[in-house]
Amino acid sequence: MSAVLLDHITKTYDNGKVLAVDDVSLQVAEGELFGLIGPDGAGKTSLFRILTTLLLPDKGQAAVRGYDCAKDYKIIRSKIGYMPGKFSLYQDLTVKENLDFFATLFGSSITENYALIKDIYEQIKPFNDRRAGKLSGGMKQKLALCCALIHKPEVLFLDEPTTGVDVVSRKEFWEMLRQLKQQGITIVVSTPYMDEAMLCERIALIQGGKIMSVDTPAAIMAQFPVKLYAIKADNIYRLLTALRTNPTVESSYAFGEYIHITLHENATIAGLQQQMQREGHTNVAAKPIQPGVEDSFIRLMNQA
Amino acid sequence: MEEKVIICKDLTKRFGEFYAVNKISFEVNKGEIFGFLGANGAGKTTAMRILCGLSHPSSGEATVAGFNVYKQQESIKKNIGYMSQKFSLYENLTVLENIEFFGGVYGVPAAEIKKRTTQLLEQLGLTAEAKKFVGALPLGWKQKLAFSVAIFHRPKIVFLDEPTGGVDPVTRRQFWDMIYAAAAAGITIFVTTHYMDEAEYCNRVTIMVDGKVEALDTPANLKTQFSADNMDQVFYQLARRAQRSGD
Repeated sequence: MSAVLLDHITKTYDNGKVLAVDDVSLQVAEGELFGLIGPDGAGKTSLFRILTTLLLPDKGQAAVRGYDCAKDYKIIRSKIGYMPGKFSLYQDLTVKENLDFFATLFGSSITENYALIKDIYEQIKPFNDRRAGKLSGGMKQKLALCCALIHKPEVLFLDEPTTGVDVVSRKEFWEMLRQLKQQGITIVVSTPYMDEAMLCERIALIQGGKIMSVDTPAAIMAQFPVKLYAIKADNIYRLLTALRTNPTVESSYAFGEYIHITLHENATIAGLQQQMQREGHTNVAAKPIQPGVEDSFIRLMNQA
Repeated sequence: MEEKVIICKDLTKRFGEFYAVNKISFEVNKGEIFGFLGANGAGKTTAMRILCGLSHPSSGEATVAGFNVYKQQESIKKNIGYMSQKFSLYENLTVLENIEFFGGVYGVPAAEIKKRTTQLLEQLGLTAEAKKFVGALPLGWKQKLAFSVAIFHRPKIVFLDEPTGGVDPVTRRQFWDMIYAAAAAGITIFVTTHYMDEAEYCNRVTIMVDGKVEALDTPANLKTQFSADNMDQVFYQLARRAQRSGD
């Protein structure tokens, strides 16, 4: 049995005018850390809301741990934890009151599953009496995760938990997820940050309501069909402009201090490098590289 | 000597005993792309609010576009542009109405608004969408339009607060093309971001930690200084020293 099943799910809004999810099928295995990777408007939140029984699809079937998301919604709600993208706790309840409230709702208590939240909760415990609305972004995120975990869910849904969060807090958050996974909880997490895809066991790349690819990050990167090179020069923007109009270059995208490029057949990177030098670019350096998830995402996007 | 568009000297903002911004000093050149980074709670937003003429500093000095942040806040506002992921355009006004509205607010003459609007719509390929509500546009287009509107009145400097959050990887790069083009036209860019690859696209980068500027240099020099392969590592080394957290 899959922990999560989506079978030909379609969802539209505004009387069918807006196609949010377009015939999406995928499965998440028990105990897996699964990532939905895509920009805003890709359909990630609609999928979360369907799986957490808050929204009915137009077409298709969704199930969580074998229970149907439409018929068995009451059972599913007791078995899942959900952290929505927007902070959804009670702002004028304190840290402890929020946690007590959510525990009670699920017929549990803070002490019953304390081991599960201990490591995360102890970081915010010094602020037990502070109202949730007065917490910093990082602390809100930790409290929301505690509230989603307090009833020991079998499947945890996290919708963009790290959006707008700085690099240091993001690293900490993924470390927490890794530890939760070790306790056997299935985790489905979405993110617009491509670098976080590497931290998932399997990922779905999603854009415009469609799944472009589902696999392990390594397999997705290995499926990149052509050779990829990184090239740089002193004036990177001038180089980028030149590469865009160069007939031997198939694609060129800025990636930090380098530009990632693919070439048309019969063209060589050495030839291109020489040509760039002849055109007056200085300190041109190029090397073959392994594609990352973002390279794959861009390529798949352009094929669609 | 290069023209300085922002000059900050020991700029400080105190809330009671809390130093949100603690004696920061830097200068930004005309046409420069200046990256302003820091962990959540480092004081970026507070500093930006002062530089945008929205908040008075507690002490120190600063001028923006030649105007004093204590006494000439209104002049500052007229000479800057601002855009963020959260606030950009009015969703229930059309593309055209948004341009006209912001152009009007910033005092661009009507005839000039008309001329620039035609140009702008053509550049963005939005001519056919001119009468559509902004709310109906895809996020990527919205952000590109928002940036164009923020520089519509030809400000000396534009403040961009996480302009590319949540945008797809192709649009994110198109957005940076627009930033480069604006900088080449002489508009100074002051930008915050959580994407560390974007820090590499800046001419110089500041990294704030606990209210102070802990690093300020070109990306290349910062990487050398911190023996790092990329800006992600530079940022991580600095930001993990932070004592405070928050937004």
